Amino acid sequence: MRTVDLVTYQDNWWEILTSDFMRNALLGGTIVALAAGLIGYFVIVRNTAFASHALAHIGLPGATGAVLIGIPVSLGLGIFAVGGALVIGALGKKAADREVATGTVLAMATGLGLYFNSLATKSSSTMTNVLFGNLLAITNDQLVVFAIMLVALAAAVALIYRPLLFASVDSEVAEARGVPVRTLSVVFMALLGLVITMAVQVVGTLLLFALVVTPAATGIQLTPRPRRAMAVSAAISLVSVWAGLAFSAMLNLPPSFVVVTIACLVWFVVWLSARASHRAGGAIVGAPTRATAEHPVHA
Amino acid sequence: MSTPDPTATAPAADVTSAAGAAAAPPALVFDDVSVVRGGRLVWSEGTFEIPTGSVTAIIGSNGSGKTTMIKVILGLVPTASGRVRVLGHAPGEGPSSGRDDIGYVPQDYTSTAGDAIRARDAVLLGLTGSRWAFSRITREQRERVDQALAAVDATEFANRRVSQLSGGQRQRVAIAQAIVSRPRLVVLDEPLASLDLRNQREIVDLLGRLNKDLGVTILVVAHDLNPLLSVLDGAVYLLDGHAHHAPLSGVVDEDLLSHLYGTRIEVVRTPQGELFMRSV
Ligand SMILES: Nc1ncnc2c1ncn2[C@@H]1O[C@H](COP(=O)(O)OP(=O)(O)O)[C@@H](O)[C@H]1O
Ligand SMILES: [Mg+2]
Repeated sequence: MRTVDLVTYQDNWWEILTSDFMRNALLGGTIVALAAGLIGYFVIVRNTAFASHALAHIGLPGATGAVLIGIPVSLGLGIFAVGGALVIGALGKKAADREVATGTVLAMATGLGLYFNSLATKSSSTMTNVLFGNLLAITNDQLVVFAIMLVALAAAVALIYRPLLFASVDSEVAEARGVPVRTLSVVFMALLGLVITMAVQVVGTLLLFALVVTPAATGIQLTPRPRRAMAVSAAISLVSVWAGLAFSAMLNLPPSFVVVTIACLVWFVVWLSARASHRAGGAIVGAPTRATAEHPVHA
Repeated sequence: MSTPDPTATAPAADVTSAAGAAAAPPALVFDDVSVVRGGRLVWSEGTFEIPTGSVTAIIGSNGSGKTTMIKVILGLVPTASGRVRVLGHAPGEGPSSGRDDIGYVPQDYTSTAGDAIRARDAVLLGLTGSRWAFSRITREQRERVDQALAAVDATEFANRRVSQLSGGQRQRVAIAQAIVSRPRLVVLDEPLASLDLRNQREIVDLLGRLNKDLGVTILVVAHDLNPLLSVLDGAVYLLDGHAHHAPLSGVVDEDLLSHLYGTRIEVVRTPQGELFMRSV
């Protein structure tokens, strides 16, 4: 009988962690974690968690197709993810009700990605990278593109923050007050497409949910204040990426696996303790502290 | 199109209530308005005026187009014909971009994001939600939010998540959000539906205070007129595909109400002089 070592300790892990390709992985992971934190809150509030999962899959034929015609993988991925996002956004606010249509398109896209991959002989590593992510393959050029995307995302969110929140929380009232609800929906989906393009390269299409949606869900469980929830969610993503890289260097594990495991564990612990305190009759974790009329708590 | 000073144009509207407001132009003018939705005529021949400073109910059977009328007023649904003026402007257009002068409480106020936001944040959006670019919340804005919350008796649960509130509490938060920008007109779509009697009473009293103390014109869609009778000045009724308006004395009429609800309605006057209606 053969035993399989589940983990092997690598005593040169600090060297690995401080090497050049690790530096890129850390920087890239940091940028993506911040971007996920900015958008994740809105993904949950707008009920687009499933759509974001689908978009990651829609990116797959873009990536494998890019190899086939010889353009950068990120470009193919981005065109498909953002293009798909725009289509979903234009379909309108009932996107959450389109689960069957979205799921069908998702399956079709994944199949198409597999087909493109089979056509190109050298692209099987691309397929694996897109499905599961490869932080260690992030190049200097990609870092520059990521940084530009993050700056653009932060600027866009700062500009549309309040109307987007209004449209997400009370779309009818927001529309009556002159907020361009439909345009915001399309803009939001385009931003989501950008974040997904980045995040796929870190954790891959199959695991993306855990980096973009799960930390935001955890943040919202911990605090009902929008900006704090965004900050908490970004912090969880950051810790997941950093600790994920460190542990993967130490124990020779795939980084995506560790990143996703940490994000999910944090969510699970918070969820359990929220349930426990709810059972005990106490307030839900992070429920606002009692404020007095003189000292109200504000976001 | 420029709008003249409203006080200069006052057409002699038959203002039946709101003493002292006789010089003000009507809050709402409908002139032979009809609406088509999904290829179907919802209602037509809507010609009426609603006086500034009044409390008006919008009544009619299910699917008669009450919500549609509110959406026309808010500029969310276009008219097929006719002319509508809301506070002197075309629907959806106002003195400022953002229409701070109309508050809206939609039907089934169930925020999908109730878990991710506190009641206080939802109210704040009524003040800042249509403003672009990030900015700090000012002291004055905080005070306005606190005042609106206090006005609807919501201070106690202002810091709870919206998802943790009861129906009556959510309704108060929705009203606070609608009044925080100090509108001149507040439009509510079935605010009393699914509330218990005590909450109904309290919401109606609140609407009465808004109207009396602050002079806010109020339009309220209602199934049941009884809880509103103490504050109403008149009603718009949707009958046989047409929209009409009548002062309260004209609406509390057994034949009209029976026709409207499709069942025999009796109007009873108590020895104390209070009116109520019941199905017999
Ligand atoms: N978004 C829509 N598209 C097409 N028709 C609609 C829409 N909303 C409502 N309607 C139709 O307009 C009519 C009036 O609806 P509504 O104004 O909601 O009635 P009420 O509020 O009086 O119950 C109904 O026949 C309804 O089917
Ligand atoms: Mg309705």
